[in-house]
Amino acid sequence: MDKAQKMHDLRVFAAEIRLETLKIIGSRGFGHVGGSMSMADTMAVLYGDVMNVDPKNPRWEDRDWFVLSKGHGGPVMYATLGLKGYYPIEATYQLNQPGTDFPSHTDRNKTIGVDMTTGSLGQGMSEAVGAALGNRVQGRTNRVYVAVGDGESDEGQVWEGAEFAAHYKLDNLTCFVDDNGMQLDGPVAQVMSHGKGLGAKFDAFGWHVIDVKDCNDVEQIYDAVQEAIATKGAPTAIILHTVKGKGATFAESTGAHSSQPSKEQWDEAIAAAEAALEAVKNEK
Amino acid sequence: MSFKLIGKHEKDKRANRDGYVEAMLELMAEDEKVVHVDCDLMNCINTGKLLKAYPERTFNAGIAEANAVGVASGLAASGLTAFVHSFGIFASRRVFDQAFLSVGYSELPVHILGSDPGVTAAFNGATHMPFEDCALYLTVPNFVVIDTADIAQTKSLTKKLAACPKPSYQRLIRKGFVTVYEDGSEFEIGKGYVLREGKDVTLIASGIMVDEALKAQEALEAKGISAKVIDMPTWKPLDEELILAAAEETGAIVTCENHQINCGLGAQISYLLAQKRPTPQEFIGIQNRFGQVGPQDFLMKEYNLLAEDIVKAAEKVIARK
Repeated sequence: MDKAQKMHDLRVFAAEIRLETLKIIGSRGFGHVGGSMSMADTMAVLYGDVMNVDPKNPRWEDRDWFVLSKGHGGPVMYATLGLKGYYPIEATYQLNQPGTDFPSHTDRNKTIGVDMTTGSLGQGMSEAVGAALGNRVQGRTNRVYVAVGDGESDEGQVWEGAEFAAHYKLDNLTCFVDDNGMQLDGPVAQVMSHGKGLGAKFDAFGWHVIDVKDCNDVEQIYDAVQEAIATKGAPTAIILHTVKGKGATFAESTGAHSSQPSKEQWDEAIAAAEAALEAVKNEK
Repeated sequence: MSFKLIGKHEKDKRANRDGYVEAMLELMAEDEKVVHVDCDLMNCINTGKLLKAYPERTFNAGIAEANAVGVASGLAASGLTAFVHSFGIFASRRVFDQAFLSVGYSELPVHILGSDPGVTAAFNGATHMPFEDCALYLTVPNFVVIDTADIAQTKSLTKKLAACPKPSYQRLIRKGFVTVYEDGSEFEIGKGYVLREGKDVTLIASGIMVDEALKAQEALEAKGISAKVIDMPTWKPLDEELILAAAEETGAIVTCENHQINCGLGAQISYLLAQKRPTPQEFIGIQNRFGQVGPQDFLMKEYNLLAEDIVKAAEKVIARK
């Protein structure tokens, strides 16, 4: 398959993920729309092409791992895994219902395909670092991907994990930093800024750093991941300049952390995501 | 039953931490999936021996305990059996959210060791003296909680923990302990051990308090009081059958712990007895106080952890029958 075709397919997958993410959160009426939607393109690249996984054997020991350290983005993961065939997509429309297998934050013991339990911010970073080390100790050549938020990066544990990963030269580990610029109480720059920037911080911690300029372009993300795979002797951080709530009509302009829109706003957002999917399918 | 009591109240010249290191050297030789993570305290518990023998499976996480527990969680999820060590204060209070979620709630076999429990922190003082470490882990639904008494017990239970699918917190005395058991003694997780039989009162102890309970039993015997002594190294899951039988048999209990009394071994036992066999009970342990610096014998006296305190408690509880 030529690269142009592959990128087209990944754009379609990303649009499908956005639509399903909205439907999943819409099934409950409220939830973490912002940080779910900003990750859709990365999820499309990982599960649509890069990652070596088997939906029929989700704990296959040579699989590639994905840890959503910003665990409140659960819905985007459920949408991705559902579309990938880990379970019927309709099963995910039970978000946060009593007894559900699809809780707001990702849970390894509840949802098929989820590698680690996250939600207490910072913890997924250490867990992913441990998984990368453990896989290497056992002679596996698989890779571990972890996604942290820019707000999450206020947590000291993110940086404890970062120093450990660099010290042990875990080049089988790639960290996506969802630099969407917003956290719960407002803009990151106002709530708790990151000094010389998240890229500069990871660089200072001994990581290879790739800055992806266009937030939601699957090709730039894809190229960055290929560079990460080729990088030896150090873990790689991919800084994603994303837009929080990207593709959700009621959230994109506000960058809200969680949303509880009206029925009309949901209908409008889902119709817009359906139209966006059709538009992407038709582009050539 | 394959333990042998020595009971001579002699200080052990060896370091109790060697019980852990010896167990780990055997475990790591037998099973290449066993790993150890330390937090810049390898020189304190001699795990440098593990690093030397198994450098590819022994990791120093530096002074970053929360990350060390999270890394251990990832190691376990990848299929390894991970032990992680720091001082008891850091291995409990500082890492509690990581231990609770990344290990406990995630249902991963990570075994956390907290060294220098209670007054054995001695010269490191109040900032390093955990009186509440077990209390925290008792609140995590699936954690096994263990307070061992000497080298033989530490070695045996460490080896049993490696085969245990549940996560655990184990207190690890480094030094300042009495040899209670002969080397090679074997113990099981979740079991208590009757060390002396008696009819009037039962003394239930763990860790450094086991030898104090044995000395108290001898002092009580001299006064014509017959005391049963039980070593209860596992605080959770509790050996309910043994405790209820002892309550039935003697009708009075004294619990002895190097830990806060309102949330540890004694509290667990009173919770059990209140429901199944209400029994007069007295509590030896830290009575709602912080730690402080000083030699261990001074601290034992200061916090009323001595055999003479247990004797008084036994007489008091017998009078309440």
